[in-house]
Amino acid sequence: MKALKKDWFSITSLVLGFSFLYLPIVILVVFSFNSSKLVTVWGGFSTKWYSALLHNEQLLSAVYITLRIGLVSASIATVLGTMAALVLAGRGRFMGRTLFSGMIYAPLVMPEIILGLSMLLLFVAVDQARGFWTITIAHTSFTMCYVAVVVQSRLAMFDQSLEEAARDLGCPPLKAFFVITLPQILPGVLAGWMLAFTLSLDDLVIASFTSGPGATTLPMAIYSQVRRGVTPEINAICTIMITAVTLGVITISLLNKQAHTKKQSSATIRAGS
Amino acid sequence: MAKKPLGPVRRAFAPWENPEQQPFIEFRNVTKRFGSFVAVDQLSLKIYQREFHALLGGSGCGKTTLMRMLAGFETPTEGQIFLDGQEITRIPPHRRPVNMMFQSYALFPHLNVEKNIAFGLKQDNLPRSDIKRRVDEMLALVKLEAFAKRKPHQLSGGQRQRVALARSLAKRPKVLLLDEPLAALDKKLREETQIELMNLQEELRMTFLIVTHDQEEAMNLADRISVMNSGHILQVATPGEIYEQPVSRYVADFIGDINFFECKVTGCRPQNGGASITLHSEELGNEIKVKAGHPRMIGDAVTFAIRPEKMRISFEKPLDPSLNTIKGEVWDIAYLGDVSIYHIKVSQGHIVRTIVANTTRLVERPISWEDKVWLSFDAEAGVILSQ
Ligand SMILES: Nc1ncnc2c1ncn2[C@@H]1O[C@H](COP(=O)(O)OP(=O)(O)OP(=O)(O)O)[C@@H](O)[C@H]1O
Ligand SMILES: [Mg+2]
Repeated sequence: MKALKKDWFSITSLVLGFSFLYLPIVILVVFSFNSSKLVTVWGGFSTKWYSALLHNEQLLSAVYITLRIGLVSASIATVLGTMAALVLAGRGRFMGRTLFSGMIYAPLVMPEIILGLSMLLLFVAVDQARGFWTITIAHTSFTMCYVAVVVQSRLAMFDQSLEEAARDLGCPPLKAFFVITLPQILPGVLAGWMLAFTLSLDDLVIASFTSGPGATTLPMAIYSQVRRGVTPEINAICTIMITAVTLGVITISLLNKQAHTKKQSSATIRAGS
Repeated sequence: MAKKPLGPVRRAFAPWENPEQQPFIEFRNVTKRFGSFVAVDQLSLKIYQREFHALLGGSGCGKTTLMRMLAGFETPTEGQIFLDGQEITRIPPHRRPVNMMFQSYALFPHLNVEKNIAFGLKQDNLPRSDIKRRVDEMLALVKLEAFAKRKPHQLSGGQRQRVALARSLAKRPKVLLLDEPLAALDKKLREETQIELMNLQEELRMTFLIVTHDQEEAMNLADRISVMNSGHILQVATPGEIYEQPVSRYVADFIGDINFFECKVTGCRPQNGGASITLHSEELGNEIKVKAGHPRMIGDAVTFAIRPEKMRISFEKPLDPSLNTIKGEVWDIAYLGDVSIYHIKVSQGHIVRTIVANTTRLVERPISWEDKVWLSFDAEAGVILSQ
């Protein structure tokens, strides 16, 4: 820290980098408290745009749909992703496990537009009317990979002989999973759920491809309004979203950190004994 | 083979000598393959009720695999396993009356000591008062009453090991499996725990199967030892028999120190139940007279094996004509406190090791470097091994 203080170059780069990253967001947040209707002119502090939001039926219903999709898809994705992680982390050997392990990462790097388009083609092919459920299914399928990756890294720390010990003591396999394995990997599973939920909340591309009449998510609603001009109301809703996502990210990192320090403290005691 | 008691007899317990006796655990021609790798190969083994049986062998010889098949975590590729007269080959682990103490202890980190011990009992849906009583009993048994509410990570290595033991004993299994239970403990604690284990086994009258690659531990604890090598059992016998009458060079070499001499059989005549055999060793430039259990073909190449402590060392050639005598020169002396190991160079430059108890003080040691000495041993001191 001391060295940093004297090093003007470091400070300048830090300030520049972070301004570049956060200035737009700060401006957005500040202007959400602007009393003037003009987005670029400061007219004094006010929270009126937040109360105005409460009367914007269109936005409110978009929020409601988005939350519902997020909750349902994150929950399904967590179950499926955890199951995939369990298999890939070594329960049972089978042909081509390495291939599957690699394939689980593919949707993480695949352009969203391709994911969305392929989902759309699938729904068209099976002649599925698009709406709430098609978005939910699409979100489940792409967030599931993130859950699998997060849970898998958690499982790598898990001593499999614990589950064997439980079975040895008379516990049937499924119960052994729920009473022994799950409590151990729970921070990972919760972090996976949070991640899936957050990803679902702010997805625009895949939702646009897979939505239908009556199922407009919040990012879609914002996007379509912005095309007609940015209003302070949009700034307000965005500020709320930023807050929600930030809280989510903080929770995830706390969950992981807590698990990490727990592991470390027990390791220290072990080494000391 | 006609048996005389070998070594100190710990207790009169030898059900394996009774052909009528039903084995308690039986592996019948069990093979386990992982892909094309054969971890356990056509193995048969009988273990008797209340026996303390040790599986001994080098790393990767299949000890853990054998034990995991008994616990139910691996299914044999071929063959059958019986427990108490019932076939258990395909019964899942949670329905076997067998408990295992894991090498890593595998204590449940989110449960305290008490709940760890109670875990198995809870699975049987015993009434709460019974569980409480049994847990208290177990805590007393392993002297951990004061630690009942601690989590595993708040315990020392030795305490954790005792919790693991208590947990695996709580259900009073028919068989207790111990996979290198003492490997992580220091020498002193390990010796104490060995005594505790032996007392426990006597007290609880259970059958114990222990895996170890520490030969001293196996000799110390077990009624019988199975020596394994690459998926096979080479010999099953009491510690005394394994030490005194190893069946192969591998077994002899694996347990304790031993000298080997390559020999040719030059004479053989039957003698009350066994045979009196004469060997010739090029390495020693000597004849060796051996009393063996069964005859050998003249001209056969064999290995003669003799433990260092079975040989005497003296300045004068012993007069007794029934003794084997070898001339040599003291090459090196390793002083170990209670004993010294003498390395004697014999005629062809071959080194023979012999152990002498240090009954006198070091300064008075009569035999020293480069002394010309005689090694002597009687006809029953060593064994003949096929090559
Ligand atoms: N699940 C498995 N898949 C493939 N090979 C295995 C598996 N389990 C064990 N093996 C192999 O089988 C052989 C025997 O293993 P095992 O664990 O029984 O050895 P061990 O005698 O217990 O050795 P150690 O003393 O080192 O514990 C080893 O070569 C091991 O690599
Ligand atoms: Mg092993």
